[in-house]
Formats: sequence, C-alpha cells, structure tokens
Amino acid sequence: MSRAVAVAGTGRTTRRRLGATELVWLALVGVTVIGAVLVALDDQNLFSIANTRDILSRSSLLGFVAIGQTLVILCRSLDLSVGYVMALSSLIAATTMNGDPARVPLAIGAVLLVAGAIGLCNGLIVTVLKVNPFIATLGVGLIIKGYLDTEYQGPAGEVPSSFQQFGFSRIGPVPVSTLVMLAVAVAGILFLRKTRTGYHMFAVGGSADVARLSGVRTGRVLVTAHVLCSIAAGIAGLLIAARFGTGSALVYNSGYDLESIAAVVLGGTLLMGGRGGIGGTIAGVLILAVLDTVFNILAVDPFFKDVLRGTIIVAAVAIYARRQIDRKASRIRFGGDGGSGGSAPPEPRPDQPAPELDRPGGPDDTDRRPGAGGSREPSVAADSGPADQQGHRPARHLDGTGGAR
Amino acid sequence: MTAEPSPAGAALAGPATTLLRMSGIEKSFLGVQVLHGVDLDLRAGEVHALIGENGAGKSTLMKILAGVYQADGGTVELDGTQVRFEHPLQAQQAGVSTVFQEFNLLPERTVAENVFLGREPRRNRLVDAGRMNADTAALLDDLGLTWLRPETRVSSLSVAGQQIVEIVKALSYDARIISMDEPTAALADEEVELLYRLVAKLKERGVAILYVSHRLKEIFDLSDRVTILKDGTLVGTVPTADITSDELVRRMVGRPISSFFPDKLPGTEPGDVRLEIQGGGNEQLDGIDLRVRGGEIVALAGLQGSGRTEIAHALFGVDRFTRGTVNLDGRPLTARTPRQAVRAGLALVTEDRKGEGLVLNQTIGANARLVLDAVLPRRASQRARKIPGILSSLELVSQGSSQEVRFLSGGNQQKVVLAKWLATEPKVIVLDEPTRGIDVGAKERVYTLMRELSAQGVAILMISSELPEVLGMADRIVVLRDGRIAGELTGGPGDIGEETVMALATGHDAEGAQP
Repeated sequence: MSRAVAVAGTGRTTRRRLGATELVWLALVGVTVIGAVLVALDDQNLFSIANTRDILSRSSLLGFVAIGQTLVILCRSLDLSVGYVMALSSLIAATTMNGDPARVPLAIGAVLLVAGAIGLCNGLIVTVLKVNPFIATLGVGLIIKGYLDTEYQGPAGEVPSSFQQFGFSRIGPVPVSTLVMLAVAVAGILFLRKTRTGYHMFAVGGSADVARLSGVRTGRVLVTAHVLCSIAAGIAGLLIAARFGTGSALVYNSGYDLESIAAVVLGGTLLMGGRGGIGGTIAGVLILAVLDTVFNILAVDPFFKDVLRGTIIVAAVAIYARRQIDRKASRIRFGGDGGSGGSAPPEPRPDQPAPELDRPGGPDDTDRRPGAGGSREPSVAADSGPADQQGHRPARHLDGTGGAR
Repeated sequence: MTAEPSPAGAALAGPATTLLRMSGIEKSFLGVQVLHGVDLDLRAGEVHALIGENGAGKSTLMKILAGVYQADGGTVELDGTQVRFEHPLQAQQAGVSTVFQEFNLLPERTVAENVFLGREPRRNRLVDAGRMNADTAALLDDLGLTWLRPETRVSSLSVAGQQIVEIVKALSYDARIISMDEPTAALADEEVELLYRLVAKLKERGVAILYVSHRLKEIFDLSDRVTILKDGTLVGTVPTADITSDELVRRMVGRPISSFFPDKLPGTEPGDVRLEIQGGGNEQLDGIDLRVRGGEIVALAGLQGSGRTEIAHALFGVDRFTRGTVNLDGRPLTARTPRQAVRAGLALVTEDRKGEGLVLNQTIGANARLVLDAVLPRRASQRARKIPGILSSLELVSQGSSQEVRFLSGGNQQKVVLAKWLATEPKVIVLDEPTRGIDVGAKERVYTLMRELSAQGVAILMISSELPEVLGMADRIVVLRDGRIAGELTGGPGDIGEETVMALATGHDAEGAQP
C-alpha cells in the first residue's frame, strides 16, 4: 500500500475508508453468504425458519452480555465477572420466583439490584482502590463463584411458565428475547450518542488525562459503565432462568466472559478503549452466532469448531490492527523504489498546499513529527490505565531542573 | 461558555490593562528549587514571549499558571484579585487556558466533541449535537478557520490542525489568557504561518498570550515583550523591539556560548571514516550522503520532522534505507533490526528517554546491563564489570545501583542511558537530543563525555534542536530540510552563526548560505 499512496498524496483523501462499524456489518454479510453456500452444499438452507431462529436465539444471550461489556471496554476497562453474575442472577430469579407468577416483578427487581450492586463493587474497586480491572473483576467473579459453589449444588428454584415465555415465545421467526436484546442495544446506542455520560465514556477510554483535564468526573463514568455492564449480565441471567426453567450455577462455565469480550473486539471496539460502539458489537455477536449455527448444521467436530472460531477472531483483530497502523503511518515523502543503489533521481515531493489560513486540505495530512507514533500512542497505551486515573501524572516534557522526574 | 467573546472583555482590551500578575513565584521538586522568586505580568492584547534554556523553569512557571502545579511561594493575581489554581479546570474557568506541548485531545472524537468535552450542551437532558456543532462552527468561522469543520475527526487532522483545535478549545472557555508551550515544535513551516495568523487574531480580541518557544525568530516575529529566565531566576522582561537576538541569547545563556562547551581534548584527531552513508533514502529521506570520522562530532540540524531522527532510525535498523549504502569501518552495514546494529558497533541514545531509553521500574543496574545482556550475552559479565566505573565517571547521583530509575532526575536518567550504551563499547554513537530536559550540570557532563569519546576515536553523530549546542560541540553541521540534506557547514564554535543554520533549515533566504 505504501507505494500506491506514495505516488499521489491525493489518493488518501479521495478514497475514504469505511468506518469500523460498516466493516463489521460487511463482514457479517460475508460470513453469512459463505455460511449459506457451505450449508447449501450440504443440501440444507441456512435461512430456514429453524436455522434463523437458532441464530437469533443464540445471539440474544451473548448480546446482552456483550452490550454491557462494550460500555466497559469503551472506558478502557474490562469485566471478567459477567459469567458469574449471569449464574447468580439466574439463581436469584428462579429462587425468588419459586414458581409463583406474582413474584416475577420482585425477582426481576432483585436481580437488577444485585447485579447493579456487583457492578458498583467492580467499579469502585477499579476507581477507588485502583486495582487493575482484570484482577478486580476476576476477584469479584471468584467471590461469587465461591458463594455459588457452596450454596447451590445443583439447579435451584422454579420459573413460572409465564416468565418462561421470555425464553421461548416468538414473533414470526424472531424470538422475543432477541427483540428485547435489540431494544437494549438501541437504548445503549442512544445512551452513548445522546447523553453526556455516554460521550464521556469515549473520553475516559480515549485518554483519562484529557477527560479529567476537561472536567469529566472519570471515576463516576467508569463506575456507571461497570454498573450497566453488570445489569446487562443480570438480564442475561434472567433469560437463562427463563430458558432453563430454573436457576443454574454452572452457567459460569460456559465462557460468556471471554466470548463477550471477543464479540466486542470483533465488533470493532478497541480493547484499549475510546473507540467503537454497540452497533459493531451486535454485528460481532451475530457473526459468532452464524458461525455456531453453520458449524452445528455441518456437524463440525466441537473441538475443531473452537479452532475455527479462535482463528476467525484472531484474524479479524489482526485486520483491525493493520488498519490502525496504516492510519497512523507517518507521511511519506519519497517513493520507496526499492534499492536502486542511490542512483534514484530525487523525486519531487508532493505539492505542499500554500500556507493559506483557509486552505481546504486540513484533514488527512498525517502526523509529521518524527516521534509521531512514539510520542502520543505509547503514553496512551502504557501510562494512563484506569489504575492511575485519579492520580496526577506529571506531564512528560517538563523541563524543570529534572526534579520532578 | 458562549461562542462569542464577551463585549465587556473586548472593551477592556486596551493594550495597557494588566490582566495577570505573578510575583515572587517559588517552586521546588524533591528538594531541588526550580523557580526562585520569578515575576511575570501579562497585559491584554499582548504576546508575551517566555524564553530560557531547557531547565530554566519556563514550563514549570507555565504549569503553575495553568494549575497543574501549585507554587510553593509567591502570589498570582488575576484582575487584581489573588487567585490560587488547585486544578487545571479552575484555571480554565477563570479564563486562563493552556495549550500544552503534548496534545490534550481525543483523536477518535470529532473537533466539536473535543472542544465541548466535559460541558456538552444539552436539551431535555440529552446532548444537543446539533447545537454543539453549530457553536463550534461559529467559533471556527469567527477565527477564519473555514477549512476546519466541527464534524471532522481529530485523528484525521494534521499536527497543525490539532494544535488549532486545542487553541479553539482553549478559547471556547472564554479564555482571556492563553499560554502556549512551544506551539510550533511539531509544525512544518507552512503550518507555522497558520498559527501566526491565529495568534494575530487572538491578539486583536484582547487575549493575552504567553508564548513559550525556543525559536528566536518566532519571538521576534510575534511577541511584544519577552521575559527571560535562566536557571529558575528572572533575568528580565523587555519590550521585544528593544533587544537584539544576540543580546537575547547572551542574556538567556548568561555567558558566551564558547565557554559553556568544553574544548576538545588534546590528541583528538579526525581518524578514518567510520560511518558512511551514500545516497541513503527511504520514504522519509532522500539522497543522504554523510560521513563521520573517528574522533569527529557531526551534528544533524534541522527543524522537527526534517528527517534527523529518521536517519538515526534507518541506521539503527528501527527503519530501513531502501536506497543507498551504509558502511561502518569500511564494511557494509545492513541493520534490519536494532540488534544487528548493536552487534555491528552502533549505539543509539534515543530522544524519548523514558519511553525508549529506560525501563522505568527497573533498577539502575538492570537498565545499564540491558543491552549487554540482551545482545552481547557472551561478553556481558566481563563488560558489565565496567558499568559501576562508567556510572561514577558520569557523576551519577543515586542511592545505589539497586534504585529504580524512575526515581532519578532527568539528568541522572540520561546518564544511565549513556552508561548502558558505553558498556557496549560502540564504534559509532548516535545521540538524539542528548541533553533534552536535563539540568545544566548534567548537560556539561554529557558534553565532556562527548569530548572524551571523540578523544578515544569514537565517531559521534549528534541530533539536536538546540542551536547553541550544535554550534558549540560539532566539528561539522549537516542541515536537513524535508528529508534531504540542505547543506553542510564546517567550522569551530563562533565561525558559524545560528542564522546560517536556521536559514538552511527553513529554506528562507537560502541563496547566501547554499554551499
């Protein structure tokens, strides 16, 4: 790509890159088409009612978790406790309902409350105690796991059939749970695009320092993200209870924690925070669901299935990483004409725009500082993790008599 | 919070109104006093330059004004009322904004989202993106920045564009005082022009601008008054029109340049060519011909982005030359990785000491052995024995070799970096901004070390933005501009003027200086 761009600097501006979200939805279309062809070769139809239903109901459960996870990851945090929150929520729901339809609202309230409280713990541990979110949420998850393992040996509680409808009823081929998930997704998208807290999540993830210097209460934003993430996991727990008809502790073994992170990253949200969104995450969730359904139809060996899924996730993220690098590449002055031994005639450099105040060429004139990649990025990547979000990082270039280093 | 400047502020904007008065500012870090009773006053509608060498306390003073640091002593008065900013936000709300050297923008967000970050306009509790964009557009149009749109993502802007967004953001707080820390450091020539015009516009509006810069030309182009700091003390404040650039440099340095830099050690003779680049080029560079002899110090001068660091990177295998040849001691050097470069006898002291030079949370000893252990494991233990000697000869001040380097001052950190490379016994050493951000004492030690190394026949390639350093230390100066060699200047300290180097580097008035 370097050569193509080197020839004419204008090539960059005219060929506008697709946004990350569009790309993920395109990938979803691609995966679906390929999957459909493979399934068709097996004399079956990926778009049959049963298969569509399978794809959609698979995606609803992961969808809830991934929506919450997106918020947390946008803030450059992470939540590994979601699997345990789901298990705990399913148990709270089922035992509270205990077969009585009248107790459904109470159960839902209890689940959301407990899940929210767990999220509050996660958030406070990360922001106040400044524990790395990986460890903080893993620790909280283990605490919940210990509680579940001692208190519940097997399934517990009973979900009344009225609430089981949430797990099974459909409108046409579309499960109600999927519709609810999509509604939550839309609410999440609006939250990110329309509220200050949503705006500030991007800021906190992009650079906690910048956010704080602009007056954003970074801790509060991060705690909010964690609370919402746990509540989303709680809703997933409710769905599990509705599907199973009972609460199940063993759900935490199903790997929803890591899978939700995979879906978020597959959906184009940066693991480093600050960029992405729920729209992409939903596409990521659907990609994983389509893959699973296709593998099931084709009766792919379950272990090989994991190999394929892993490969696809890694490949997708590698593609995003490349796009990142290309975008940040420093300005190319001279065409790389590959080692012609110094005899190359000096090429004229791309025309510099005249120094007009109102010149139109502002965008896409990439960073030309020598340390471009090195000066901004690493400080984002390495120093300003959530752990030091409250602390004041002395600015890097202080040229006082060295004392403050 | 409105886009328009308040009419009251505009009415007050007579040139004589003193907006801000800082008096007797004291500040120390970890027991080292960096500001000794400094006074500074800013008037509405003036550009007030603040100059001094690195380590003179400019940035510290600026950060006290911005509320990043709190002064240990002295007072700050804004409109005659004493204020004390505990947090940058407080300063901002009082109308004192700062454009720092490192960008305080979110690259993934739009211009408008950055400008209004933290105070997005709302309607019915929801963010009113339409109004936010309109307000930003109004701000931009007001400044004549019609090419910059509120919906543009910041990461797609040039460095100058980002700088301008920062200034617009600062202005949007109804700033009456804007301080800028080396605003042109990362800009290309034609982009500097943009900034000049913006500064002129701000001035018209009665904004007071505190302008920190190393570039003398800018100070004479832009400023009305200039305050000179030296080693944390105030040298004086003078109207820029009343001072010549020679006088300014003299007062800034406080002594003639030649005496600041150690003389060559006796017996230092240019030896054989150790490093030779012929026709080197890649995407950033073209037609680089460069020879460095043993015992010689060659300086690479030029503006930021002119290709100096790129040469160092290409030599060292961080990047590559795709054209041309490189010889080291007569043998072709084709370093594809830094590891190969080190094995061939090259050392690179990078400009980003904390990011690329040191592992901050490891000890002095571990850092000093880093390259040896990694690249030359067989000779490591033998050569590592010399490290304590090297460190003490560099006059490292520390609590012992088990101290973590992050607790060291900048100067001492740099000494650890130097020791790390000296332990590899390099034939050619490339120093990229070797004295950036270190105190005067450490600077002199670095200069002495360079003299010692050349006496031992090491070839030194020095990259520096500080012209006095370039003029004072180098045997030859190679000036780069836009990735090409703009000219080569030979002569001892005093023979070459800063103006000659700057003329070559900027391409202005180049006919007289072309070789």
